[in-house]
Amino acid sequence: MKARVTVTLKTGVLDPQGKAIEGALKSLGVDGVDSVRQGKIFDIEIGSLDKGRAEATLKDACEKLLANTVIENYRIEVTS
Amino acid sequence: MRAAVIRFPGINRDDDAARAIRLVSGRKAELVWHADTALPQGTDLVVLPGGFSYGDYLRCGAIAARAPIMEAVRTHAAKGGLVLAICNGFQIACEAGLLPGVLMRNAQLHFVCRFQHLRVERDDTPFTNAYRQGQAIKACVAHGEGNYVADDATLARLEAEGRIAFRYCDAQGRLSDEANPNGATGAIAGIYSANLRVLGLMPHLENLVDPLVGGTDGRGLFESLTRSLAETV
Repeated sequence: MKARVTVTLKTGVLDPQGKAIEGALKSLGVDGVDSVRQGKIFDIEIGSLDKGRAEATLKDACEKLLANTVIENYRIEVTS
Repeated sequence: MRAAVIRFPGINRDDDAARAIRLVSGRKAELVWHADTALPQGTDLVVLPGGFSYGDYLRCGAIAARAPIMEAVRTHAAKGGLVLAICNGFQIACEAGLLPGVLMRNAQLHFVCRFQHLRVERDDTPFTNAYRQGQAIKACVAHGEGNYVADDATLARLEAEGRIAFRYCDAQGRLSDEANPNGATGAIAGIYSANLRVLGLMPHLENLVDPLVGGTDGRGLFESLTRSLAETV
């Protein structure tokens, strides 16, 4: 089973890297970009065939390591 | 003093911390491997040193914070044992839940490596009793992620409980945007746990213990620890 975990900064947490990318896009003349927030994607393969169990495992992984829930949110998608 | 300096892969200031302890206290510090599960018998101070544990992969300090030895460090802290967490060690301590908040990328995005003055916020803790409150000490910083951030409730609690250890300042002890190397909230350079037994700080006071390398203001930290541990033995 394949899954994708997306970790993003919570709203209101300053993201200096996103700001720098936003500035670079503007200086490249890419029009219409209002703001950029940078995050992380983890593509994970799981042996379990049970979707519920896979989601529980991934939630555990996010809470224990993949996200720092003080500043980050995470989203779990089991894709196949 | 029976200090244990934890050695994680990618750490590079472990020997500096051990050297500062030996120079000031006259006692040799034990170097403890991250994959061990127990601290040496009688350890009364744990040092989480600076460096780049696991190449700063995932988030600074995130992987080291889950190393096997950290369970023993948490138990040590829970019993009121002293923990000194420096730079990457501070990041590890936050990730391990020993201290609140998080160290974010420096506001100006650059790695900063420079001499930096700190204001001692209180002089009645095991880490600062050899300094004077309000004293501006000369330290140095070397980090890319030292921008201390916490939610408003946590910050209010830290301030109200007197848990700010050091703030970035100029040579006269004044706070200003120019004197803040990383944009840290409230110019916070270091914080204490609720029982004042865990100190996390970004600056490298362990590197200012010898006049040959630019100053000795860092000795006060290790003199304070030596003094407070001598009293308890």
